[in-house]
Amino acid sequence: MNKIDWAAFPDARGHFGAYGGRFVSETLMGALDELQKVYEQYMGDPDFMAELDHDLKQFVGRPNPLYHAERLSRELGGAQIYLKREDLNHTGAHKVNNTIGQALLAKRLGKKRIIAETGAGQHGVATATVAARLGLECVIYMGEEDTRRQTPNVYRMRLLGAEVVAVKSGTRTLKDALNEAMRDWVTNVDDTFYIIGTVAGPHPYPAMVRDFQAVIGREARAQHLEMTGRLPDTLVACVGGGSNAIGLFHPFLGDESVEMVGVEAGGDGVETGRHSAPLCAGQPGVLHGNRTYLMEDENGQIIGTHSISAGLDYPGVGPEHAWLKDIGRVSYVSVTDDQALAGFHRLTRTEGIIPALETSHAIAHVLELAPRMRPDQSIIINLSGRGDKDLNTVAEREGITL
Amino acid sequence: MSRIEQRFAELREQNRAALIPYVTAGDPEPGATVPLMHALVEAGADLIELGVPFSDPMADGPVIQKACERALRFGTGLRDVLAMVAEFRKTDTTTPVVLMGYLNPVERMGYESFAETAKAAGLDGLLTVDLPPEESEDVVGLLEQAGIDPIFLIAPTTTDARMDHVAHAARGFVYYVSLKGVTGSQSLDTSALAARLDAIRKHTGLPLGVGFGIRDATTAAQVARVADAVVVGSAIVRLAEENDGDPVGYARAAAVVVRDMREAMDRARSTSGTATV
Repeated sequence: MNKIDWAAFPDARGHFGAYGGRFVSETLMGALDELQKVYEQYMGDPDFMAELDHDLKQFVGRPNPLYHAERLSRELGGAQIYLKREDLNHTGAHKVNNTIGQALLAKRLGKKRIIAETGAGQHGVATATVAARLGLECVIYMGEEDTRRQTPNVYRMRLLGAEVVAVKSGTRTLKDALNEAMRDWVTNVDDTFYIIGTVAGPHPYPAMVRDFQAVIGREARAQHLEMTGRLPDTLVACVGGGSNAIGLFHPFLGDESVEMVGVEAGGDGVETGRHSAPLCAGQPGVLHGNRTYLMEDENGQIIGTHSISAGLDYPGVGPEHAWLKDIGRVSYVSVTDDQALAGFHRLTRTEGIIPALETSHAIAHVLELAPRMRPDQSIIINLSGRGDKDLNTVAEREGITL
Repeated sequence: MSRIEQRFAELREQNRAALIPYVTAGDPEPGATVPLMHALVEAGADLIELGVPFSDPMADGPVIQKACERALRFGTGLRDVLAMVAEFRKTDTTTPVVLMGYLNPVERMGYESFAETAKAAGLDGLLTVDLPPEESEDVVGLLEQAGIDPIFLIAPTTTDARMDHVAHAARGFVYYVSLKGVTGSQSLDTSALAARLDAIRKHTGLPLGVGFGIRDATTAAQVARVADAVVVGSAIVRLAEENDGDPVGYARAAAVVVRDMREAMDRARSTSGTATV
């Protein structure tokens, strides 16, 4: 691979190669220009960065550990497995790294109202949390189907003072929640800040969310170097929209020896068509403000997706992932619902850590990958979230009523 | 001269504003659309905006969302919509037809293939709400070669600097989105409209159409006093639902609404003197 200047992406108009960009209705173009301006201004502003660092330390609890999963590594008999413990963040997932950052921007812009979409509810909870802390009005859009799957998170958001709107249009999942949040934003654009939860959407969101999440990879890189004296061999993270994966991967992109694997949700199996794996089985198109890989039919209609994990149940993916796939820097695979469940149980029983079902996809891939590697090699898994929210889903699947 | 230019030139001469009804193609069923288009023309439509059904109509309110869902039950896709345009053209060679929709179906069909098929079908313009001029270079070139006008939007939030940009890329007419919100929203403020249209006219000589939030003949007439075209969508599309999926009842009800608007708009122009303010 030729030397790539990773910092040069996206370009000024938000393109990662053929992907990304800004495909929105005219009404939002001004707001996106404004957002890009403040984001670029404050990311270079020492006062803003100091406030962000302070909040990440004192409110989120960063840095979180890079934990050596010795027992799991030993059982698998291959590479040493390290877990980047994003599940230990306040609110239980990586999502808060980004909501803290965007909420600080909202405050700088003088916006009084925050909206967000959510799938599993982790981004909704992380948004409602920062809104409560800053005293901002907060409305969360969530597909009706997901409000049913993730009841505890819906209640959590309401406790935090957010209004949770159950979206009843389309497939009633994450993509429809995003549509509805866009409709709200276009209507209330003057006083409302839209906190997108993943590295997708119109420019500057994919770059901005990545920059807020890159703290994961920066910490993990320094921690691994300190613990082992060398870089890891492989990074593994689950990919829905792809924010936890980009957060881990991005600071390592220039480290040519480091391999990276993004794990998509294979649902019932990619061959069945019931999955959420656009990078593995989709094709490029335009949705939700960016060009990226999508799951669509021959008419360009977005098709229904399936995954056991609400957070991965999305027909698109961040444009930077689409580009990283095409240039071959990151490889993308999928694991099925059943494999993810096996990963969920394995980590829980072996290491005493209950992972989110999203994260369980990354673990499932490592269960196969680690034994093929040597014990002097290492893997970092982004343990993107904790599994408390998924207890009902897992129990139901196994015929247990809680 | 393109069909769109021709039509606006005629209307200017008659001191009338264009009435542009929007209907979602394939709603409530595929066979309904071409007869509906003819009925709209018969009732006084000057140009027809035909919606391409999309699974994720982000810029649309509930009325057009449901219309898309009804059309998609039959799997109506972009190629089917272009076939409807071709069918309409067999007996109506003068009324311009503009497709309105989202980019992904066009992207999936392929820009070249779309331009070629659309030209053969007799399509006049394409408005993709999620394609701002910044991202449109490839497709605009192909459309122009095929004689299809790329129609762009200007919004209440569009800055002066962007207006030049939009005006530079736009052909046919410019569509002014009269309010912040989705299609079918309420409360269009017609008093502020004239000043806004004057500001836009400093950037473009193209005719200005106004849409979003025009719910009845009274509003249509107020807009017709200051704009070159009035676009009416949800107020018509809601009739499909009210007629419970009966295509004949829908076409009849839509014709009544269009006729009322037509009369009110023409009356407003004949009492307000000159065409433009």
